[in-house]
Amino acid sequence: MEWMSWTLPTAIFFASIATILVAMTVWELRSASIERRGFLPIATTRGDRLFIGLLGSAYLHLLVIGATDWNIWVASGLSLVWLLVVMRWG
Amino acid sequence: MSKVQNNKAWWLVLPVFLLVAFSAIIPMMTVVNYSVQDIFDQSSRYFVGADWFRQVLQDPRLHDSLLRQFIYSFCVLLIEIPLGIGIALTMPTKGRWSSLCLIVMTIPLLIPWNVVGTIWQIFGRGDIGLLGYALNNFFHINYNYAANASDAWVTVLVIDVWHWTSLVALLCYSGLRAIPDVYYQAARIDRASNWAVFRHIQLPKMKSVLLIAVMLRFMDSFMIYTEPFVLTGGGPGNSTTFLSQTLTTMALGQFDLGPAAAFSLVYFLIILLVSWVFYTAMTHGEKN
Amino acid sequence: MSKREKLPLKKMQLRKVVPLWIYLLFLLVPIYWLVNMSFKTNTEILGGLTLFPQDFTVANYRVIFTDESWYSGYINSLYYVCLNTVISLSVALPAAYAFSRYRFLGDKHLFFWLLTNRMAPPAVFLLPFFQLYSSIGLFDTHIAVALAHCLFNVPLAVWILEGFMSGVPKEIDETAYIDGYSFPKFFGKIFIPLIGSGIGVTAFFCFMFSWVELLLARTLTSVNAKPIAAVMTRTVSASGIDWGVLAAAGVLTILPGMLVIWFVRNHVVKGFALGRV
Repeated sequence: MEWMSWTLPTAIFFASIATILVAMTVWELRSASIERRGFLPIATTRGDRLFIGLLGSAYLHLLVIGATDWNIWVASGLSLVWLLVVMRWG
Repeated sequence: MSKVQNNKAWWLVLPVFLLVAFSAIIPMMTVVNYSVQDIFDQSSRYFVGADWFRQVLQDPRLHDSLLRQFIYSFCVLLIEIPLGIGIALTMPTKGRWSSLCLIVMTIPLLIPWNVVGTIWQIFGRGDIGLLGYALNNFFHINYNYAANASDAWVTVLVIDVWHWTSLVALLCYSGLRAIPDVYYQAARIDRASNWAVFRHIQLPKMKSVLLIAVMLRFMDSFMIYTEPFVLTGGGPGNSTTFLSQTLTTMALGQFDLGPAAAFSLVYFLIILLVSWVFYTAMTHGEKN
Repeated sequence: MSKREKLPLKKMQLRKVVPLWIYLLFLLVPIYWLVNMSFKTNTEILGGLTLFPQDFTVANYRVIFTDESWYSGYINSLYYVCLNTVISLSVALPAAYAFSRYRFLGDKHLFFWLLTNRMAPPAVFLLPFFQLYSSIGLFDTHIAVALAHCLFNVPLAVWILEGFMSGVPKEIDETAYIDGYSFPKFFGKIFIPLIGSGIGVTAFFCFMFSWVELLLARTLTSVNAKPIAAVMTRTVSASGIDWGVLAAAGVLTILPGMLVIWFVRNHVVKGFALGRV
């Protein structure tokens, strides 16, 4: 494992991704998701919205890092808002 | 076909999942780890946060090769898709000739990519290559892919057309074969023109395979590496240095692990977005 | 009446056939040139342009077949390609069956995730692959290259096979289960023979993509499992490029592919006709 050069922040990052996936699985088993239309142009399930939210967050981070001098936490904050909005109304 | 809900099917998928996860997730995690650190060797490495991402995103080298990459992939699609459709429409449908056509067209697909580069490297040379010799001596075009940037660029494009148009044509051909004869008979009764047959019968039926073709061609041209590398090594200048090569030089040539990893992730995110858009279009197309 | 109708038909045929021939010619001429050069001596190659070898020689081929470092490259390549095809097919078959017959938790996302691996540029994974396989002691072995190529071949195999399996009516499964077949018995005895041509096409594509890939194969090997594509760079030496041997080596890399097409040609036609590649 040494060659993978783990750091604490990346470990936390992957652990949280894994937790989200497990949580989504449990949620799906408890009450299955129904496809629906929100403000996104396509009908989505819960998992689709999570993917769109995460992908959007990644691009948001790149945008903030590449085009502005803002602190990275600003991007993370915005992403969190975006993720919640997509999950709820997407 | 209506499918049965059965979560036990996971057991059948598990081997594939484990095998691909081993080759995909572990390396991906490693790339993420590299991208936030400055690494000299295993024992001396420092956390640098998003610095490499900032450096890579503001690097004019990346912007240039990204732009070159998009222009190139766009040109590839612009030539290969219409040409492939055209070839598919002219291919004989049965008998010995159709088998022969299929086999000849499959040959370029089965040549190792560096050999494709070698073939054209030889074929295009002004002194020993048929193409280069003919262009220089019969058509009096001053053609030299090793010295002239635009010649090199066009050569790489022609190589790609030579190499991959067959794939588009074969896919379209398979789409065309799926059209029942009844459709054509109806069109003949209606005295429909060739264009009308193409527009209203053949094109709609080819839609799903065309989408696959566009996706495959876009992705593969987006990661083109071997052919320009063998042909000119990315030169002359930087004219044929595409994304993969910029990345490979960074990672293996200069051993800049951090920036190379950050670059990889940006590259991967672009690919992820594009393939998601195509995949969604494809699955939603099937539904309608 | 019939004559008048036949004439435009012939003209149409001609208009169709000529562009096709031009295209096929365009495909074949560079290959012809490679074959042509492989039978020439280097003096003839560099001396001037000749459409056919004046001084016909097989010396270039003799170099390859007598030098171990050359022909072992071919053996290495064939070895890992076959290994990869076998691994890809054996794991993809049950998975494709699951995707074509059942809905299960996360199936669509799993399918998409598999496909993204087919799309990811190998350059992205180059470094970690090198370190991953070094750390588990598989660097410079055939199995390492075969496993690495699974990254793009397994998703492709699942995708193609799923298309073929969806074409098999579900009633066949149900009847077999009612007749008391267990799943493995049904799968091996009834189902696999039914999609024989699909397996042929899939094997063809796995073979093809593994055979043509260079970047990963070159990075993961150094001596013992070095693929032919990497050996070919040897022709460049201080005294210039040995064009004749390079051309001969190139011709020999085309041959296995042509053999494979020859064996699966009918399946490929059928496979393309089924509309999923």
